[in-house]
Amino acid sequence: MSATLEIGITGIGAFMHGAPDWVSLRGVLLGTHGLDANAPAKPAAARLPAAERRRAPDGVRLAAEVAEQACTMAACDPATLPCVFASTHGEVGITDYVCETLARAPQEMSPTKFHNSVLNAPAGYWTIATGCTAASNAVSAYRRTVGAGLLEAAVFACSEDTPVLFAHGDVAAAGPLVDIMRIRALFGMALVLTPRRSGTCMRLALQAAAADPPIPESVLALQAVASDNPANAQALVLLAALAHARPARVRLPLSNGLSLDMEINV
Amino acid sequence: MPARIQPLAITAMSATSALGRGLGPHVDALRSGGGGLRANDFSCAPLDCFIGRVGGIEHAPLPAQHAGWECRNNRLAWLGLQQEGLMEAIAGAVARYGSTRVALLLGTSTASIGDTELAYRGLDHAHFPAGLRRPQIHTPHSLAGFVAAATGITGPALTISTACSSSAKVFASAERLLRLGLADAALVGGVDTLCDSVLFGFNSLDLVSRLPCRPFDVQRDGISIGEAAAFALLERVDAAPAALRLIGYGEASDAHHMSTPHPDGRGALAALDDALARAGIDTDAVGYINLHGTATVKNDEIEAKTLSRFPAHTRASSTKGFTGHTLGAAGALEAVIALLAIEHGLVPPNLGCSEPIADAVPWLALRPEARRVDVAISNSFGFGGNNACLAFARAGVSA
Repeated sequence: MSATLEIGITGIGAFMHGAPDWVSLRGVLLGTHGLDANAPAKPAAARLPAAERRRAPDGVRLAAEVAEQACTMAACDPATLPCVFASTHGEVGITDYVCETLARAPQEMSPTKFHNSVLNAPAGYWTIATGCTAASNAVSAYRRTVGAGLLEAAVFACSEDTPVLFAHGDVAAAGPLVDIMRIRALFGMALVLTPRRSGTCMRLALQAAAADPPIPESVLALQAVASDNPANAQALVLLAALAHARPARVRLPLSNGLSLDMEINV
Repeated sequence: MPARIQPLAITAMSATSALGRGLGPHVDALRSGGGGLRANDFSCAPLDCFIGRVGGIEHAPLPAQHAGWECRNNRLAWLGLQQEGLMEAIAGAVARYGSTRVALLLGTSTASIGDTELAYRGLDHAHFPAGLRRPQIHTPHSLAGFVAAATGITGPALTISTACSSSAKVFASAERLLRLGLADAALVGGVDTLCDSVLFGFNSLDLVSRLPCRPFDVQRDGISIGEAAAFALLERVDAAPAALRLIGYGEASDAHHMSTPHPDGRGALAALDDALARAGIDTDAVGYINLHGTATVKNDEIEAKTLSRFPAHTRASSTKGFTGHTLGAAGALEAVIALLAIEHGLVPPNLGCSEPIADAVPWLALRPEARRVDVAISNSFGFGGNNACLAFARAGVSA
C-alpha cells in the first residue's frame, strides 16, 4: 500500500490572457465574472530585473509572474525556497527559432537564444532574480506534466520538511510546431506547498489507474487554454477545486499505471 | 544541513558512450587511457570540432512495436537498455514489486530535438513531413515516455531537464520517492544524443574547442560534445546488501548567471556539503572525485578551487576527455564511472590534460591509477547555475 502525503497550499499564482492573477482567475472559475479582454496579454514578471526581463523569453516571464504571485500570497521569501518548474514543452518559441535557424544558417545561432532554450531557463532566471541558492528543478512529463511535477514538488516538501514552490506553464507554440503541439495560448500557475497543515490542506495518494482521468466539461469551457494542452486543463481542474474552497477530490494523470489523487479539505 | 539518508543499492547499471556499449569497454578505456573522441562527422553543416559519437546508432532501428517512438535519442536509449542484463533486472524489479511500484526518472537536456531539427530541414509546405508528425517525440518527455513503454514500468515517471545536471538529479528524486514509500525501486538514468542544436548552440557561445577537449589544462579552450545513455536501478539495501550504494546527494543553485558559474563555486560547494551531510561523511572519506571538468575556461578554473576542501589522498579527474561532454546524460554516465572506480579499484585518468592548472595539481590523476576506492563522488553543474553532487560507496563502508 502506497503512502499518502499531507501538504498545505499557502500561495497560489495564475496567469492567462483575460485573467492575469489568481483573484481574477478564481472569479472566472466561480462564474462570477468572465475573462477581461482588457487585461494585459504579457506577464509583468516584476521580480525580474529590467535588463533580464527584456532578454527573458515568454516562458520565463510567465513562470516568474506566477511564482511571484504565489510567494507573495504565501508571504514566503523566495531566496530560501526550493523550486520545481514544470512545463510540457518548454520555451517552444525558441525551439522554433533554433530549428528554423539550424535548417537555414546554423552558424547564425544566437547565443542568448541558445541558453534561453534549456528547460531550466525559468528556474535559472528565477533563482538569479531572487538570490535563491536552494535546490531548483525543471521537469516535464508530456500530457501528465502537472500531476508528475506536483508530485515531485510535494515529495520534496515532505521528505525535506520545507516549503516548496511549484510552478507550471506553457507558452503558445510557433511556426510548424503549432500543428504538432496545438498550444495556442499562454497559461501558467504556481503553488507554494508546505509539509504541514497550513492554508488549504490536501492529502495526496497514488492510485492505480488504467486510463488517464477525464477532464471535466466545466474546465473545458476555458477552450483557449484547456482544450489544446491536457496539462493546462489538468491545472485548471485543480485550480477550480481550490477556487470553490470546499472539500473536493481531484484526480490528475501521473503515469501509465497511476493517477495522483488529491483530497482537498479546505 | 540535511539529515543522513538510508543508502540505496545499485542493483544494475549500464553505460553506452563513445567508448562503446556496456561497462566492459568503459573499464578497458579508463584503464588504458584510450579516449573515444573523433573529428566531427555529424553536424549537418561543417563545424570544426571533436565529438564523442556512439557508433552504429544509424543502423539500429527500434523494434517494430516501438516504431512510434523512433528517433536517434530513443535508439540510443534502447541500446543502453540492452547492456548488462538491464532489461532483465528491470523485469525482475517489476515482477517483485509490481510495475506501479517502480519509478522512472530520466534526465536529458535536449531529448529528441535532433528529430525536430530533421523535420524542419524537410518541411512539406511549412508542415512537418508525414513520418515525423509524431507529437510524442517532439517534447522533452520523449525519452521517459519511450523507456516506460519499452520496460513496462508504470510507477511515477518524470523527465528532469536542468541542462548538464539533469541525470545527476534523478538519483536525488528517486531517493525521496523511495524514502517516502511511494516506490520500491527506481530506474534512473540519462540519455542525450548529438544534434545540431547543441553543436551550433555551444559554438555560438564560443564554448566548443577545435581540438579534443583538455579538461583542467592551462591551454583548455572549450568542450567536446558527446552522446551517451547511462542507467542505474536503485532499490533498498535489504534487496541487495552487498551491492554498491548511493549514499548521498546534494542539489543547489548558484543564483548568479545563466551560462557562467559562480566565481567562488558557491552552488558547487553547497551541493558538495549537502551530499556529504546526507552521506554522513566528511571530505576525508572521499577516495575519488569524478569532476564536472568540461574544459571550459571558467568551469575548470572554479571547480579546481573547490578541490582545496579535500585531503591529499583524494584523487580526482574529469572523464570528458574520453566521452566528450554528454550534457544531460553526463550526470548518470559519470555516476556509473564513479561506481566503476569503486568496483574495479581504478582511478580514471584526466585524459587530454598535459599541463594542469596549479589549483588542480595535487589531486588530479593524469594517468590511470590502480588503487582501492571506497567512496567516490561525482560533480554535475548545469546552465542556469544548477548544481548536483552524488556520493557512492561500496557496501559496509559508509560512516
